[in-house]
Amino acid sequence: MNNRFFKDLTKRNEFYIFLVIIVMGVLIELRSGQFFTPNNIVDLLSALIVPGMFALGAFMVIVSGGVDVSFPALASLSMYATTRILLDVNYQGGVWLPILMSLAFGAILGAFNGVLIATFKLPPMIVTLGTSSVFRGIMQGVLNSKQLAVIPKGMSSFGTAALFVAENPQSGLTSRMPVAFLALVIVLIIVYFFLNHTMYGRGLYAIGGNEVSAHRAGFNVWLIKFLLYVGVGMISALAGMIRASMMTQAHPTNMLGMEMMVIAGVVLGGTAITGGAGTLTGCMLGTILIVMVENSLILLGVPTFWQSFFLGVLIIAGMGISALQVTRASKAKGSVVREVKQ
Amino acid sequence: MSTSRRNVASFVKDTHIRRLLTLMILWMIFMAIFRFDKFYTFLNFQTMAAQFPEFGLMALGVMLCMISGGIDLSVVGVANFTSIACGELLKILAERSGELTGGGILLIMLLGVLIGAFAGIFNGLLVSKIKIPPILATLGSYELFRGIAIIITEGKAVANLPIKYAETIAGKLFGIIPIQLVFFVVVVIILSFLLNRTTYGTKLYMLGTNKTASEFSGHNTDTVLIQTYMLSGICAALGGLIMLANYNSARADYGTVYTLQCVLIAVLGGTSPTGGKGRISGTVLAICVLQMISAGLNRFPQISSFYIPLFWGGALLLVMVWNTITVNGKSGGGFIRNFLAQLNIKTGSGK
Repeated sequence: MNNRFFKDLTKRNEFYIFLVIIVMGVLIELRSGQFFTPNNIVDLLSALIVPGMFALGAFMVIVSGGVDVSFPALASLSMYATTRILLDVNYQGGVWLPILMSLAFGAILGAFNGVLIATFKLPPMIVTLGTSSVFRGIMQGVLNSKQLAVIPKGMSSFGTAALFVAENPQSGLTSRMPVAFLALVIVLIIVYFFLNHTMYGRGLYAIGGNEVSAHRAGFNVWLIKFLLYVGVGMISALAGMIRASMMTQAHPTNMLGMEMMVIAGVVLGGTAITGGAGTLTGCMLGTILIVMVENSLILLGVPTFWQSFFLGVLIIAGMGISALQVTRASKAKGSVVREVKQ
Repeated sequence: MSTSRRNVASFVKDTHIRRLLTLMILWMIFMAIFRFDKFYTFLNFQTMAAQFPEFGLMALGVMLCMISGGIDLSVVGVANFTSIACGELLKILAERSGELTGGGILLIMLLGVLIGAFAGIFNGLLVSKIKIPPILATLGSYELFRGIAIIITEGKAVANLPIKYAETIAGKLFGIIPIQLVFFVVVVIILSFLLNRTTYGTKLYMLGTNKTASEFSGHNTDTVLIQTYMLSGICAALGGLIMLANYNSARADYGTVYTLQCVLIAVLGGTSPTGGKGRISGTVLAICVLQMISAGLNRFPQISSFYIPLFWGGALLLVMVWNTITVNGKSGGGFIRNFLAQLNIKTGSGK
């Protein structure tokens, strides 16, 4: 191995987050002896599916310089609407129609966000705060949402289908690896392709770096932003659909409140909160870390009511590190303001 | 800042305020037609005046942070944290001394304000020193304060409080004026003094308009930011103390709708989300309009309370769209100003 490789590696945020994950894994293993068992790893991966997909959407929005907090409400609404319609028509077919329907709902709701943010140039955070409230109001008020204990057969059989089954040799506990994990992989590949191999991805990073420069460089800022929110809406809606399928019931409110956990994961992975920088590897590693913390507190014997506190600490720590990095980077570049001041 | 006469003149000329006044009059006419006997009673107005201070105080804090170009989404977390901590202390105090004295209540309230101030300073440090974007910093600290509140209560409600506290804070001055309203009015007076008559106010507006220019003028922007978030924390803590009295209990997830409602109030009242603009009078008017609308909606039992988030969210989006089309467009060069405002954000965040 050459030294250069390691030098580059140690400069990268992803390397440290990876170290933290390993250290935490070892700590949990030492404490409970249950971490590095096949079934626990599979459990973690299947718990990663929905937050992972949300994280991909949140990641793209943060790279573009915005923040989206409406995706749990968007996912809940499109999931609930799809399930309700299909139940009303007594749908008996496979999983493709529900998926396409939720994608369509997601695209429409995402376009709503997109128009407000791209056309009217309103602050993304406040817009999505408003739309998440509107989506929730439509779901709970207009659709009068209740917990649906039964969902169409195609959905539930998709949600419970297993790729393979992992067994813990000692305790005999088994965990199924859901087929839905493939959906996460596919979405990840698509997002990777768009971000790294198309002009659209370049444009997204350019807008996040500096919208004005991106516009001058010839990017169609409006189109890029609009399509971004449509795409994120579709990814989120798909994640909502998969969550309902995996739980084999449609619970309208249990996804709400996930937004901060997802954003924290993305930011922990080294994505600049001010936009323009960040990698998919970091985004996924950060999300894995958050999912690990959520799932492993029980293994560590920490009471569940400490969860919110740990989450808050993680969010602030993650954002603090990210913010300090941004400040340091701009200092290194020697921004004009600082030079004049000194 | 401007003199009071100019304040009055611009108060009437302000588009946001004219719009709010129109909305208020229309709603009053609407209520007069459909629910006159139930809405226009002395008791109803007295109840409304006792209800709005809890979120009104939080909204004032959000407005201050928005003027600075940021936002405070942790107000509800701070309020609940304060009310839980003070609720537990009230119980201890009542057990120790048997009877709760006026001095004891005052002590608890001072402590509540102190908790709010520290929570606010914490937010301010995150925003100014570590430079986390305010929206994310305060959402994170909201989760943190909520987490601490859940740990204290183990997720349950704090109940069985000494009745004396609720009787005092939720009581009536001279048998007519709700004490909550007195708190609100005092805070409004203090804040408008700070904003219009002190250098702090001038610095705050300048910071919100252009952070770089403010720094070059020799202002310590970090201090101004910390002061602003501290004030917001204190307002939220007072709101929490009033909530404690109004419900006679405390819980980590009370009043979660207030976060959005506070942002809506600030935007309705003419505070610009990009900073530098906003006034107390507009915010107070927006608080009154919102309270009247929600109290009025309660008179229609067929409207489910689940519609409320739809109303508030929809109103927030509509007002913001309306603002970009009319207010900014009318004064000419709205898009240029937007463009410049975006530049400010970029330079402000250290790019």
